[in-house]
Amino acid sequence: MTEEEIRETIAATLARIAPEADLDEIDPGQNMREELDIDSYDFLNFLIGLNEKLGVEVPEEDYEKLISLNDLLRYLKARVKK
Amino acid sequence: MGDFTMPSLGADMKEGILVAWRVKAGDRVKHGDIIAEVETDKGLFEVEIFETGVVDQILAQPGREKIPVGTVLATIRAEGAKAKAPAAAAEKGAGKKVKASPAARKRAADLGIDLGTLQGSGPQGAVSLADVERAGGGKKEKKAAAEPEAEKTPAEFQAGMRRAIAAAMSRSNREIPHYYLETDIDMSRALAWLKEENGKRPIRERLLPAVLLVKAVAKALEKVPELNGHWVDDRLRLKKEMHIGFAVALRGGGLITPALHHAERKSPDQLMAALGDLIARTRSGKLRASEMTDATITVTSLGDLGVRTVYGVIYPPQVALVGFGRITDRPWAEKGMLGTRPVLTATLAADHRATDGHHGARFLEALTRALEEPETL
Repeated sequence: MTEEEIRETIAATLARIAPEADLDEIDPGQNMREELDIDSYDFLNFLIGLNEKLGVEVPEEDYEKLISLNDLLRYLKARVKK
Repeated sequence: MGDFTMPSLGADMKEGILVAWRVKAGDRVKHGDIIAEVETDKGLFEVEIFETGVVDQILAQPGREKIPVGTVLATIRAEGAKAKAPAAAAEKGAGKKVKASPAARKRAADLGIDLGTLQGSGPQGAVSLADVERAGGGKKEKKAAAEPEAEKTPAEFQAGMRRAIAAAMSRSNREIPHYYLETDIDMSRALAWLKEENGKRPIRERLLPAVLLVKAVAKALEKVPELNGHWVDDRLRLKKEMHIGFAVALRGGGLITPALHHAERKSPDQLMAALGDLIARTRSGKLRASEMTDATITVTSLGDLGVRTVYGVIYPPQVALVGFGRITDRPWAEKGMLGTRPVLTATLAADHRATDGHHGARFLEALTRALEEPETL
């Protein structure tokens, strides 16, 4: 899966949780939850959605590694099965 | 046997729009069935009935007309009882047959007042012109009340939401003498318990800290039940059930605090499932009327936004609100040793008419104990 495909999956998953959110409008290096106003309940659902689509299960201790969109892309790219 | 009326879905609601019926005359209904959809300033709600029987007469038709709270929308008869003849001429937008003088009827129509909501002072309880004028409070003809409303735009929805919040919070500020107490809670044991539990679970079954907070509030209320109830008619009416109003921010603005029913009976897993369901339905506009009216205390958690301390405004007729801030590592002294701990500031806003600081302090103490012993939750 290419980085672009992972990005599209992130955007589609996010659209279910925060329909008005636009990934193109956020700074990919900044805190994604703050930029998109996502609370912990939404964030958990976001990760559940990504798990369903990409098969990547994020352990709780890794949450703190997923601050920005770039962090998330890197994290998923390293774990998505080719 | 009984009347099904326009419900009051909160301290801020005076009227609602009957959007749809889910039943028709002759249908059997039982306690808890959803029988109608009602729109208020806060959105669309599914309205349950709290009796069992057969829908006798449907007295109001769906539309965009605002119908005052308390107006009879349908009548319910006991199963096996004889059906009444259809109402010949129900009052506009309402069902109750009301005795009233012709002048009173005309004036009520002009002012958009439902005669069924008035107490008549005339012969045999008939509503007089004076009764209508009194209810109108001297207001001028209010065409808007009688004219159908168009569907709301997002901006109109937001304006309505702000009006509803303004009404409830202004009433709270006007009527409730708040007192505030706060305490810092060492969350290290609660978070360690949560980490261990979540480590064993697939992502779908993980718990959020909010679940422990809600459960701990229910536990603390068992010790201090005086904070669980409603202030009505100048006295505190305690509630046995712990229906915890959980503040949910809506994307796009606004706030709804639906009730998480029976938090005292639910395990953390059941609470997580119920909370997830409640938040999803709150944000998609699929709440039930009882969830808007049953809360016996409110919990609001603003920790996701980095807030340290929450000074809440109580939602009438409730008598307390518990606010939680963000869990952060802070200096913590214990047994003469200074270290750091994950610490949560919990705040109690309570109604001084119903309880005193002594109750509040005991509640926060019990809340602290509950969170320090997470395995008991």
